[in-house]
Amino acid sequence: MRASTTALLVASRVGGQVVPARAQMATTLGFHIILACLGIALPSVVLLAEFIGLRRGDEVAMRLARRWSQAMGVLIAVGAVTGTVLSFEMGLLWPGLMRAYGAVLGFPFAVEGIFFFLEAIFAGIYLWGWRRLPGWAHWWSGMPIALSGIFGAMSVIAVNSWMNTPGGFTEQNGRITSVDVWQVYFSRSALYEMPHMILAAYMVTGFTVAGVYAAGILRGRRDRYHRTGFALGFVPAAVLTPFQIFVGDTAARAIAHQQPVKFASMEYVARTSRQVPEWLGGVYVNGHIYAGLKIPYLDSLLAGFGPGTRVTGWDTVPPADRPPVPWLIHLCFDVMVALGFLLLLAGLWAAWEWWRRRRLPPQRLFWAAGALSGVAAIIAMECGWVVTEVGRQPWVVYRLQTTAAAATTNGGVLTSLSLVIVLYAVLGAATIVIVRVLSRRWRRGDLAETAVPYGPPPATADQATRPAGS
Amino acid sequence: MAADAVGGMLLAGITLYAVLGGADFGGGLWDLLAGTAAHGRVPRALIDESITPVWEANHVWLVFNLVIFWTAFPHAFAAVMNALALPLWLAVGGIVLRGAGFAFRKEITQVRWQRAAGATFAFSSLLTPFFMGTVIGAIAAGSVPANASHASLAAWTSPTALLAGFLFVAACGYLAAVYLTGEAAGRGSRMTAYFTHRARAAAIVAGALSLAALFELHAANPAVYGRLTGRALPLVIAGGVCGLAVLALLTAGRPRGTRFIAALGVAAVVWGWGVAQYPVLLPGTAVTLTNAGAPASTLVALVVLFIVAVALIGPSFALLFTLQGRRLLGAGEDGMMPPAGPPQQRAPQGRRSPAARAAAIGMIAIACTVRRLRHR
Repeated sequence: MRASTTALLVASRVGGQVVPARAQMATTLGFHIILACLGIALPSVVLLAEFIGLRRGDEVAMRLARRWSQAMGVLIAVGAVTGTVLSFEMGLLWPGLMRAYGAVLGFPFAVEGIFFFLEAIFAGIYLWGWRRLPGWAHWWSGMPIALSGIFGAMSVIAVNSWMNTPGGFTEQNGRITSVDVWQVYFSRSALYEMPHMILAAYMVTGFTVAGVYAAGILRGRRDRYHRTGFALGFVPAAVLTPFQIFVGDTAARAIAHQQPVKFASMEYVARTSRQVPEWLGGVYVNGHIYAGLKIPYLDSLLAGFGPGTRVTGWDTVPPADRPPVPWLIHLCFDVMVALGFLLLLAGLWAAWEWWRRRRLPPQRLFWAAGALSGVAAIIAMECGWVVTEVGRQPWVVYRLQTTAAAATTNGGVLTSLSLVIVLYAVLGAATIVIVRVLSRRWRRGDLAETAVPYGPPPATADQATRPAGS
Repeated sequence: MAADAVGGMLLAGITLYAVLGGADFGGGLWDLLAGTAAHGRVPRALIDESITPVWEANHVWLVFNLVIFWTAFPHAFAAVMNALALPLWLAVGGIVLRGAGFAFRKEITQVRWQRAAGATFAFSSLLTPFFMGTVIGAIAAGSVPANASHASLAAWTSPTALLAGFLFVAACGYLAAVYLTGEAAGRGSRMTAYFTHRARAAAIVAGALSLAALFELHAANPAVYGRLTGRALPLVIAGGVCGLAVLALLTAGRPRGTRFIAALGVAAVVWGWGVAQYPVLLPGTAVTLTNAGAPASTLVALVVLFIVAVALIGPSFALLFTLQGRRLLGAGEDGMMPPAGPPQQRAPQGRRSPAARAAAIGMIAIACTVRRLRHR
């Protein structure tokens, strides 16, 4: 009796830490992932601009590259420290996970360490070598940053994939006895998770960069500088969007087999059946779906290319083993897919206009969409993470360890969570303010450049440089 | 065997973090003590310039050590994370504020906000080494139980742990001041004398704290003390001799070579600690390098990975430090901001083959590295 009471007390204490620990992990990861996307893909975009600048002697592209590189310095620094927070949290919030599986999932992290090193070392050279390194040597010094961004992302995603589809090790009496690092790194879900996230990083970065200049163009700054800045971000991102939709579709179908309960939550499949309808939107409460649009057979069609495809429902596992909030998973999935298609549409619009008339669409609607594309890509990426992380619950390592068993037994996570929220709010605001201060300073620099001797002072030059009709 | 090798890798990583990353934290200490904005302009500029291109790369050693620790010794890792959660959280907070404050200060132009960001950077540069010192001190004193499931305040507030915390701050300040003296001397700057004074003061404080920590360990953990003055004695003596040599050279006004000797001294102390503990990971428990939770295959994979890492990272670091030593990195004397205009001098160079240029700069860098190493 006494023993069971103690066990209950311990369970409630442990249970008490899981929710704040998950909230803290979600906050810090959700914040860091945006900077991680920029860290992975922004170097490539900057290198593209510098390449055009060097190859064609294009001064506008060169100026953009120098400026983006300055902003990248701030973003990489904040990304490096927020990434470090996550490494500590692996141990401080999830000691149970690290104790049981650190020897397995640590290997991809160790691989990532090498790429983190290369990224930081060459960032030190590239970011601070603008002034004194010769042109092409400087360009090549940026190449390792771009490559290690991609390989580093692969390594971190390898860990997440392994948590979704664990394998490559043997366990006896709770001890890991052997590890096949190759199978750990390339677990079954890595094949779609890795490209999905790397493409997402490039889309987030490209559309965010494009969004900044589209907003400028909307405000009437329709000069070559802004159009070039927009195109350098928008074109790569828009070109990658259809590939991302293909990878995402493949991923969803693979999840239907590898993590059927997650898929059931994504698509509201309560009972295993054939001819399953697809729900667009809708909130699932106690067996009812409110305000959703039902398309008959579509889910079976998407999952197996035929209306007779059998889709596994969440009734196949006991309620305790189901993700806690299916409506959150489903709505996030829908938002991600919808935003992906909207971004595809924006890209197709631009492609059509370019094909027919060799220009970017002049309509304000297009530029408004462009200005919002960065935010849309970030929201889609965050929603995707909610789907995969909440959809894996209650497991931290799918079907092997529950999140509750992984969580810290220390109290006080609510305190650290509150402090983290305050700290990250300040950090996020300061980062945005500083990037904006930089851009304002650049604009002043442009004005100073365009102001001719004996010409009007910069204040009036401000109006003079804007094209008529702005 | 593989476990010993990984233990050595971890200790090497800790050493490199101490002598490279530690100096960056020490830079924050001297930034904090540099006085008013007008008074401290020159030393702060030197500190800023010598930390800027390298601190992120140096910081990665910390992440690297964490990853090796949890992959190779997961049981010990979980115990440390549980028992010493509070100082570790505080150290992480310091890391975030240090990095962000430092990066932000550079891009801010208003003095008021610059000062706020600078104070954040400088103050948190003290927090992180202090709390990391208490963590290492708590481990060395044997205050972390093998199955720790709860945080313990007593573990890291013991006299040994607190002394270790202060020692870490002093050692960071010592390394930074010695490096900055060398940096200033290399430029013929009048900051040489400024940092020489500080290096000497920090050397004396760090030396005194080392002796105090040793003395305290004698009472707190006689076993570790016995090994420190037993099989690790040569390393302890080497550390002391290096410290005295730096002190003598600085007093004689010959800062040449002191950077290397100072780093060697700190490395000797770190390895002395490692040798004294070997093969136990958590003193006072039965957790050793071989039974801390990872199978042989993981350990072998880590050793292979480490060899690959050294082959890739070694030359990269050499290139970074060489370029920095030749002052090819940094915004330069024209101020922090790159000019807004296009780089005029670069336009005509665009014609030459990119591969040839990259090869040329690579050759120059390798030649410089070889020359530097031969000078040592």
